Amino acid sequence: MSEKKFSKKHEWVSLDGDVATVGITKHATEMLGDIVFVEVPDAGKAVEKEGQAAVVESTKAASDVYSPISGEITEGNKAIADDPGSVNSDPEGASWFFKLKIKDKGEYDLLMSKDEYDKFCKENPS
Amino acid sequence: MKKRVIMEVQKTALYNYHKNLGAKFVPFAGYEMPIQYKEGIVKEHISTRSHAGFFDVSHMGQFFLEGDETLIEALEKIIPADLKNLKINHSKYSFLLNENGGIIDDLIITRTEKGFCIILNAACKENDIKQISQFLTKNHKHLLNNNLSLIALQGPKSVEILEKLIPGVANLKFMTGNNFDYEGEKLYVTRSGYTGEDGFEISISNKKVEKLVDYLISNKVKPIGLGARDTLRLEAGLCLYGHDLNEKINPVEANLKWAIAKKRKEVGGFNGWEKIKDLLVNGSEKIRVGIKPDGKVIARENTKIFSSDNNEIGFVTSGTFGPSVNAPVAMGYVKSEFSELGTSIQLEVRGKKYGGKISELPFYKKSYVK
Repeated sequence: MSEKKFSKKHEWVSLDGDVATVGITKHATEMLGDIVFVEVPDAGKAVEKEGQAAVVESTKAASDVYSPISGEITEGNKAIADDPGSVNSDPEGASWFFKLKIKDKGEYDLLMSKDEYDKFCKENPS
Repeated sequence: MKKRVIMEVQKTALYNYHKNLGAKFVPFAGYEMPIQYKEGIVKEHISTRSHAGFFDVSHMGQFFLEGDETLIEALEKIIPADLKNLKINHSKYSFLLNENGGIIDDLIITRTEKGFCIILNAACKENDIKQISQFLTKNHKHLLNNNLSLIALQGPKSVEILEKLIPGVANLKFMTGNNFDYEGEKLYVTRSGYTGEDGFEISISNKKVEKLVDYLISNKVKPIGLGARDTLRLEAGLCLYGHDLNEKINPVEANLKWAIAKKRKEVGGFNGWEKIKDLLVNGSEKIRVGIKPDGKVIARENTKIFSSDNNEIGFVTSGTFGPSVNAPVAMGYVKSEFSELGTSIQLEVRGKKYGGKISELPFYKKSYVK
């Protein structure tokens, strides 16, 4: 598994061959608060880079989760749809959102490193 | 030259106190108000239901009226409560009504020794006072008292905690109040609230409010923000003005006809009575109902409601996840023929239809002390 890369919309991606795993960052869950609903995409769905791919809702509001990378969904994480609160406890581990077969590794390379993302969050407090 | 109007954001007397407690603020009705504190909405909600929480609701208007016997007549023209027979220190939930019977605001009115105190919604209070003033004469005095804070203490432990500080409050029954001594001042306490729990609302001077809250915190009472206030009131089936109620909705449609005094329903003499009388006999076209989505999906405000055979029948006015119900809950308006409990409906969320049912209100059982 490759190192995690990060998007400006607070998703993380890790890569295993040509299959990417995508989730939302710890920082994102802290901004959202208590997560009470998650909708993940079905296998076979095509997603574009920065296209809407999943939904996450906290007690406060609904937010879209975007795919930081283009490809075809191979799996949505049903476990988080059944237990949305688990996203708060392990957002960057077991509570990933979806996996997809990517088309262009170049999109992954362009994403931010952990250090760059942490810096981005500091410079863009919400 | 361009005229620049600068709207100054208002703050309650506890603003800095909230800040020190780690509050996240949002603009609400012209005020900077805490939406949540460090632990978050769900924990705040649960601790209110299991222990007690306090809410700074000082943004709400505390409107005092004094006058001769004509004051009751004047107020009864716009408020459909039986004010003539309202005893001193007793409170009623009621409304200000416009000429069409639409709800200008919902409120709690309490008879005081000299007249009345009305608690008004923050976003409505200025207009409310304008509307009420139309019926007042020089024999009536009124004051929106901004020197007072309002603290709601809610939850099963409220009575035990407040009684230790202010002996006598335990004797108050739901929807009654009284004056009490505290720190050399008079304060007014009512047994009421907006959470479905037993509790109190304490009207206290801005100068003493921090001291009161210090005491509550030392008794493990958590500060509760607007976020949990919303999930608590929705589980309790209580309306939020500007969402579930507005000027185009009347009390019959809002399923709040119980709040119009029996005598007033018969005799009338208030704004919109003709319309309301007709609706009381013939029923309204649409009505407010409770809604439970079948799954985990949250049907938020403005979600369209469809019948099981795909006809649009209404819309959601409030919807969230209910932490004590442990499921999503909502309220909205449907055509009256679809309002029966258990009726299957569909909720359109992000373009997809999800099943749901018309459900009993409240979603969470109340425990008021009567």
